[in-house]
Amino acid sequence: MRQEKMRHAAAGAAQFRAASDQSLLISFGQHITLDSHQRVLKLLHLLQAEPIEGLRNLHPAYCSLLIKFDPLRLDHDQVQSRLVPYLARLGKTPLPAPQQVEIPVCYGGEFGPNLSEVAAMHGMTPAQAVELHSSPIYIVYFLGFAPGFAYLGGLPEALASPRLETPRAKVPQGSVGIGGNQTGVYPFATPGGWRLIGRTPVAMFRRQQDPMNLLQIGDHVRFRPISKEEFAEFSSR
Amino acid sequence: MSAILVQIPGLFTTVQDLGREGFGPIGVSASGAADPVSLRIGNRLVGNPQGAAGLEMTLVGGAFAFEQAAVIAVTGADFGPSLDGIPVAMWTSIEIHKGQTVTLGPSRSGARAYLCIQGGIDVEPFLGSASTHVLSGLGGFEGRPLRRGDRLELGAADSLFHKGLLSPKVLESLQPRKLIRVTGGPQSDWFPNSSWKTLCESTFRVAEQSNRMGIRLEGPAIPLDPSREMITEGVSLGAIQVPPSGQPIILFVEQQTTGGYPKIANVISADLHSVGQLRPRDAIRFERIEMSEARSLLIHQEELMASKELFQE
Repeated sequence: MRQEKMRHAAAGAAQFRAASDQSLLISFGQHITLDSHQRVLKLLHLLQAEPIEGLRNLHPAYCSLLIKFDPLRLDHDQVQSRLVPYLARLGKTPLPAPQQVEIPVCYGGEFGPNLSEVAAMHGMTPAQAVELHSSPIYIVYFLGFAPGFAYLGGLPEALASPRLETPRAKVPQGSVGIGGNQTGVYPFATPGGWRLIGRTPVAMFRRQQDPMNLLQIGDHVRFRPISKEEFAEFSSR
Repeated sequence: MSAILVQIPGLFTTVQDLGREGFGPIGVSASGAADPVSLRIGNRLVGNPQGAAGLEMTLVGGAFAFEQAAVIAVTGADFGPSLDGIPVAMWTSIEIHKGQTVTLGPSRSGARAYLCIQGGIDVEPFLGSASTHVLSGLGGFEGRPLRRGDRLELGAADSLFHKGLLSPKVLESLQPRKLIRVTGGPQSDWFPNSSWKTLCESTFRVAEQSNRMGIRLEGPAIPLDPSREMITEGVSLGAIQVPPSGQPIILFVEQQTTGGYPKIANVISADLHSVGQLRPRDAIRFERIEMSEARSLLIHQEELMASKELFQE
């Protein structure tokens, strides 16, 4: 019974596992690396550009892609064999050009109720924490959890902070948080366990726009500190 | 345009169709009816395409006044449906006159009842589907559960249709199960045999906090190897994830698209509609089957749904 879900493939280092009777998980290693992220991104783009008949959905993540298929038309072996030629092309597939996206953030105060505590945890002032958080260029590893929620890579280690012991029942929309070594923006008022350090007035998910999600997988993101006044001005636009 | 007026919304009533597939890359899960089998049958009983939008009621139903004559069907769990106070049958086509009111009460069995109306509920689609995604407030009717006074427009009805009644034999074989069948999940081999023993030999109770995102279960803790470190990955519908507490959660239709807990097992596709009928405090058990058997069961279910014997005239 164990063998049925362990599917080591010959194509590169990709590993296949049956996740359910209608989905197959492809993993590129067991570590979060830029290389595995780029392979996920390339495979996603190839499958979007040249769809395989019978595939229903794709769920990319740090170093894996979950593929949901129509179980009345395909089985795991068939999906896997159709994927092999795609995987063989990854090396020659160019990465799509990333967008450079700047996200204005009003740090601290009512918008970032956990900023002081995050700073104190690491023996720095809130201003230093803001400077550190807004200096790197983050990479969008994938969107998941909720519509438009971008998992960003590149948080300075000095800011990594444990999640709250009791998650908030409702995190305000646009909140910027830190959870473990991850940082990101809550696109909707959802429950959440990350420590909140600020808020952006920019919508991460825009129903009336194409694409609806502000951030795409692979994008480069920088946070720009703004004042409360600028926040208000942005919001009123 | 014809419409229905919400007189009593019920506990948690949303517009649902069969969901939106293909938006995992932007973090949007499929959503859709929690018991798609009941929605599909209800739609066919009123002459709609099987994926038309209907109303999904949860635990306690509502009352809906019809501004025009219509044909309806009530399917799913038995919420004691009535028409102007007179009980009506489920799983059959019912003709409604202008001004009549359809009322559903508290659940007598199962968690969800469906009201399908000829022409379907007409709402602006979001990413190709009428399904309400409650967490993000998108889709359905204003992205939220219905309230008193809401007016829902109906689509154009197809005049060419035959009234029908679901075959009792089919109804019997589609009965929601309390013994849920599962296959292995992507981290099955992370769990020692004792975990599988706990999963398949214990009774679990559905927790109150269960909803369309996930069914939380209470029971003996499922042992977990704490040395394993999980990297967030895509999660499939019906995945049984085991958080550090050992109390499993079944990821359901309005699931998060990715997750960081290991998944010991996955509910088979043919039993997902049974999960949609689980009520808080229900006792359930799990049975592990082979992937090939899961596939055969789904094929059998779909053959049944497509068979000529599905309806009696």
